[in-house]
Amino acid sequence: MAAYVARRLLGAIPLVLGIATIIFFVVNLAPGDPTALYFNQNVPPEVLEQIRRNFGLDQPLLVRYWKWLTSFFTGDFGYSFAHSRPVADIILETLGPTLILAGCTLVLIFAAGIATGVIQAVRQHRPADRILSITSLFFYSMPSFWLGLMLMLLLSLKAHEWGLPFALPPTGMTSVDYEFLSFGGKLADRATHLVLPVLTLSLVMAAGIARYTRGQMLEVIHQDYIRTARAKGLPGRTVVLKHALRNSLLPVITLLGLYMPLLFSGSVFVEVIFSWPGMGRVIVDAIFQRDYPLVMATSFIFALVVVLGSLVADILYAVADPRIRYD
Amino acid sequence: MALLEVRDLRTYFHTEGGVAKAVDGVSFHVERGEVLGIVGESGCGKSVTSLSVMGLVSEPGRIEEGSSITYDGRELTTLSEKEMRGIRGNDIAMIFQEPMTSLNPVFPVGDQISEALRLHRGLKKKEARGRAIELLQLVGIPVPERRVDEYPHQLSGGMRQRVMIAMALANEPDVLIADEPTTALDVTIQAQILELLDELRERLGMAIVLITHDLGVVAEVCDRVVVMYAGQVVEEGPVGDIFGRPSHPYTQGLLAAVPRPDRREGTLAVIPGTVPPPTNWPTGCRFHDRCPYAWDLTREKMPPLFDLGGDHRSRCWLVEHPERREEVERTRPVFTGGAAQ
Repeated sequence: MAAYVARRLLGAIPLVLGIATIIFFVVNLAPGDPTALYFNQNVPPEVLEQIRRNFGLDQPLLVRYWKWLTSFFTGDFGYSFAHSRPVADIILETLGPTLILAGCTLVLIFAAGIATGVIQAVRQHRPADRILSITSLFFYSMPSFWLGLMLMLLLSLKAHEWGLPFALPPTGMTSVDYEFLSFGGKLADRATHLVLPVLTLSLVMAAGIARYTRGQMLEVIHQDYIRTARAKGLPGRTVVLKHALRNSLLPVITLLGLYMPLLFSGSVFVEVIFSWPGMGRVIVDAIFQRDYPLVMATSFIFALVVVLGSLVADILYAVADPRIRYD
Repeated sequence: MALLEVRDLRTYFHTEGGVAKAVDGVSFHVERGEVLGIVGESGCGKSVTSLSVMGLVSEPGRIEEGSSITYDGRELTTLSEKEMRGIRGNDIAMIFQEPMTSLNPVFPVGDQISEALRLHRGLKKKEARGRAIELLQLVGIPVPERRVDEYPHQLSGGMRQRVMIAMALANEPDVLIADEPTTALDVTIQAQILELLDELRERLGMAIVLITHDLGVVAEVCDRVVVMYAGQVVEEGPVGDIFGRPSHPYTQGLLAAVPRPDRREGTLAVIPGTVPPPTNWPTGCRFHDRCPYAWDLTREKMPPLFDLGGDHRSRCWLVEHPERREEVERTRPVFTGGAAQ
């Protein structure tokens, strides 16, 4: 197993290099100019030219590529055009909130999705199954940015107006008075701020996992070994939750790898809507400002997380299914 | 009193295409320590019969009112699911046709055997494991202390069927139902498994209900035979009577269709046609449209099980009208194979 993981990690190196290369050229070849930000009638062309030189934009593309790549892999992500700060500092600040958001969502979508799928499979064609099917299809078909706005409206802005006993904080990661709260209060404050963004991201994806789990469970429930388990005299709960679920989850693990890109692209929308101080929001701003070093570094980190996600899925697969051995 | 007694068992499947009467009034009994064979073609209801005894018939199947299954004097059809679970895998155990798919692929075989022990006997993890190793030894698996931790995919088909048997025997059941236990295995392994079952029966004193369509297997290990056709028992009796002087034309047809190494000439005898669909059994004798002796009476009235004496019974009007048999056989050969064509 260790050998397999090492091999996969080595194999990821050319992949990561390729990703870095593609990101560089896509970003640099996209129309637009970072100096446009500084452009107005009072700025003389020489000054603009000086800014271009300062950013290193006067050099040929391939030279810039090489310089960027070599410094990138020594840990120097460069200097943000727009923020006038090292890119590494910005990433360090924003990576945490994004990982918190994505991590909570990941746990929730698999927990809720699998539970829903199992309930649906056990109650196939009964009212519970129908209702959950319709509900998950409803959320599955919904664009997440719109869902986010609606949830914000319903559970936060108009919550009191509509008679709900609580109102969730609509935006941000902490309240204004965060610094003055006790430790427990701080924890609760952060948790309530997480609810809306995590819910927005989760509902759409959990619906997909529920659909998939339901299908897998229904297939597994008719297998011969389930009949064997029942013939032993095991209670229905054990048959479903031990014998059937373990087998149904094998293909669901694959979704872990497939959902990583969705999770991070989704978090870009959600962070913008809920003013979540994470990397997704930074990416959006950086793209509009043609802040090349920042766009490249943040995109690269997202790509890296996705590559790691599929690696983890492969390893989990081998752990969960004894028939799969990678050595 | 018989150990296991099935009386007028009717298991119907209420589907959109009508009511499938998979098992339609089946009665038989099993005595302690004997091997009862249930034979018949695919679709005759023998597997549904065994699942009914286990209480494992799933939707839309249902055991109808008036059916009775008693084990050791206890009526099983009215037990709650929880009470039935205490019997399943404990007093009555079952092994299935497909050893390749009947074991859960993601758990070691030892754990799957231990599960039954911990459930019914309340054994601790370690004790159960020790007992699982003993059981694997009992069913003739070499190096059981290593095999106990292996997964099903690491074992051959014969080995897996031995594991299935070990699992079924874990709680020393009084009745073992074996549904086509050797069908998926090659001939040498078949013989080994049958020998094993017979040996275990002698050693543990349990009764075996052997469900099969292989008459060779029946002749080898069974004490008594029940022949099923279209959801009914058509003939039953001691194995010697069934093979020596079969009464029902269906039984005769089955026997004639057994390949025999000493008769290699020509082609095998066949029973023309197939088992009719269970949603629409024929009227009268259910075998009449495939029977060479059929006449008006058989088409209209269902024959009862006639007693032939010596525990031998047959559901055929020929028992009352033996002259019909001679009449037909005088004009053309019956169940003799297609050599003439």
